[in-house]
Amino acid sequence: MSDHDQHTPVSLRGLSADDPHMQPAARRPRVVEGWIGLLFLLGIALLVLFAVAFVMNLAPWTLGATLGGGAVSLGAGLIAWGKYLMPRGPFVEERHPLANSESDRDAFAAAVVERGGGIIQRRKFLGGLLGTGMGVFGVVSLFPLVRSLGPMPKGTLFHTDWTAGSYLVDITGRRVNVSDLAVGSITTVYPEGFENTDNGQAVDQTVLIRISNENFTTMKGRESWAPQGYVAYSKLCTHLGCPVGLYEQQLQLLVCPCHQSMFNVANGALPNFGPAPRPLPQLPLMVDSQGYLQSQSDYKEPVGPGFWER
Amino acid sequence: MSTTSRKATPTSRYGKVGHVLNELDDRLGVAKGGRTFLDKIFPDHWSFMLGEIALYSFMVLMLTGVFLTFYYVPSQTVVTYNGSYLPLFGQHMSEAYASTVNLSFAVRGGLLMRQMHHWAADIFAGAIVVHMARVFFTGAFRKPRELNWTIGTTLLVLAIANGFLGYSLPDDLVSGTGIRIMFSIILSVPLVGTYLAFFLFGGNFPGTDILARFFILHVLVIPLIILGLVGAHLFLLVRQKHTQFPGPGRTETNVVGSPMFPVFMAKTTGFLMFVTGVIALLGAFAQINPIWQFGPYVASRISYAVQPDWYMGFLDGALRIFPAWEFTGFGHTIPLEVTLPAVIFPGILFTAVYAWPAIERRYTGDNELHNLLDRPHNRPKRTAAGVAVTMLLTMLFIASSTDVIANYFKVSLNTVLWAMRILVIVVPLLSYPLAYRIAKEMQGVAGVGKRKVTNVVVRTDDGEYIATPAPVYADDAHHELDPVPVPTFIEGAVETSGDDEAEFETTPGVRRVER
Repeated sequence: MSDHDQHTPVSLRGLSADDPHMQPAARRPRVVEGWIGLLFLLGIALLVLFAVAFVMNLAPWTLGATLGGGAVSLGAGLIAWGKYLMPRGPFVEERHPLANSESDRDAFAAAVVERGGGIIQRRKFLGGLLGTGMGVFGVVSLFPLVRSLGPMPKGTLFHTDWTAGSYLVDITGRRVNVSDLAVGSITTVYPEGFENTDNGQAVDQTVLIRISNENFTTMKGRESWAPQGYVAYSKLCTHLGCPVGLYEQQLQLLVCPCHQSMFNVANGALPNFGPAPRPLPQLPLMVDSQGYLQSQSDYKEPVGPGFWER
Repeated sequence: MSTTSRKATPTSRYGKVGHVLNELDDRLGVAKGGRTFLDKIFPDHWSFMLGEIALYSFMVLMLTGVFLTFYYVPSQTVVTYNGSYLPLFGQHMSEAYASTVNLSFAVRGGLLMRQMHHWAADIFAGAIVVHMARVFFTGAFRKPRELNWTIGTTLLVLAIANGFLGYSLPDDLVSGTGIRIMFSIILSVPLVGTYLAFFLFGGNFPGTDILARFFILHVLVIPLIILGLVGAHLFLLVRQKHTQFPGPGRTETNVVGSPMFPVFMAKTTGFLMFVTGVIALLGAFAQINPIWQFGPYVASRISYAVQPDWYMGFLDGALRIFPAWEFTGFGHTIPLEVTLPAVIFPGILFTAVYAWPAIERRYTGDNELHNLLDRPHNRPKRTAAGVAVTMLLTMLFIASSTDVIANYFKVSLNTVLWAMRILVIVVPLLSYPLAYRIAKEMQGVAGVGKRKVTNVVVRTDDGEYIATPAPVYADDAHHELDPVPVPTFIEGAVETSGDDEAEFETTPGVRRVER
């Protein structure tokens, strides 16, 4: 290797004079160089400022502005360097076909089909057993992965915590008295003892609306459900289970803010707009001797969105 | 060669760097492959950087995400907030929400990192979609790249899924409602929906496990799969080489563009910095998901006029405008008003996307290898189909804001709802023939997609006008030279034959090394 001495390392720019492909794309490289230098300087300055802002614990936007500005400046400079000052090209390379020769492909296929296939063909019985075993293994290993994730649904979705005689309480646990709400008012109630539970919040939540001063009938067969004008509906939208949180007092409509289903409060909460398919289930109410509101029973149907077993 | 010194340092004519490279080559044999890699040609076109945006926003996601995991607590245990944000002081909330508020206000740089993480997620999904549109409309998914199309589609699905999971983690009022809706959507699947929902959530909604489960899926399982698929995506890109648009010197059997080192590397590293910087600037100046304003999640509370992150918009829109068609019969209920728009429709959509290369191959009978891209107007049917689907998704996206539109423009919600129901059907149906016609017309226009060239128009004595293309200026940056192979950058010598090591060419100049 005596010729080593003859070769000296050369830079990219050292060669650029010869070939137009090695020329920068910029018409005036010195000018572009200046701009890129400025961008780099700006980037460095901003990143130093980021460090300062961080140490001084300044407002979050100053951190983002300096970090982002610094990175954008450095990035833009580097892109410009690559685009305008490096060899403009274009350069070409061959795209060698990925496919192999016919004989290579045959040899590969032969190895798979003859060597592997032949052996399995000869022991069909064992092969079948092995396949079955692998299949069983696959299914069985799903059990701990899937089955232990949660309980069986069973009747969960069919019941709430409302029972005969549950007192209606607000979120602070205070019982609701018939004298509490003015006509047109609305509040959210839970069965007593469940106002602070996950299930109470998510499943039992019920809207209580006073729509009149007298006993009210929302539908045929529900004559005794709304004593003194107190109507209670499940707060879970029958579309996707959002809380039906908006009440349009003039039109007596409960509105779901998620997908704008509307339920007619005076008319059994029948949906009259939007994607909800069913009325909100109504909770039958009664009043105890001291004027506190109670439920007569659980809801007569599952609350919330539809599901297969429903 | 017999050196007796304790440090046997074989010298390289390229100094210290050359020495390190030699040591590396002794152990790993990287010289030849490394050289090929550095010479690798990347075609230049602005649309080829869309995938890079996705890649780099994913890198930002990982970095900012790691930061967030130091402070976020995936627990639904109820705590009382006693941090620095006064409006929430003394309120009961999950530890998850409290820790998210805390990392936003009490951790230095925390709010910026959270904002950047959220912005990067939106940009990640967006860049994938736009990149995918580029691949679709130019036919880059054709043989031999169908597998990469499949990987890319899977990456989009995972990006959307992980976006939703991450959006759910702060356990604020808005995201909690999102989880509730997702539970109901899973519940709507016929036959197994109830079981799926109960197994995924560890019981009925909300349960106590869901945030811990979402957390591990969001920070470990799905990112790992994404990382693996990104690796496979890039490996296939390198193995199969990038596609290119037709042009001078560009054929099915070559690649014309810039070499990996240094040109492409400079541009792409710069672009990494640029994307990161833009995300940081968005994080600094564009507020996103201010969870402290929404409050902690309480299942019986709800906010008004909220939309999910943009990539879930088409699903939300579909759910809003789909009619209330519940099926009841045979002792069972199928909530078609949920199942059709939120399960079956996306199922069909993504199946069609996955299957498109096969569909097109079957339809055209084209089984050739394609490395040159189509101009969209040259494939009017594909282009029209893509435009129609894009318009369908756009209409559904707009439909996810029916309430906001009604409120803003002071029209009735009913009008907006019915307008969207009609537009969702009519706009795609009209856009197909329209896009088809436009594509056909563009085929007849000379010079479409080509750079404008100055013409010199000469009037002859007879009054005849003759236009000839003007000569190109020598230093015109737009003027493209004929492509040449990548030079070695070595002055002087090139081995002309592998066996004859003494035989060197001594002519100075740029020469190509034989491989």
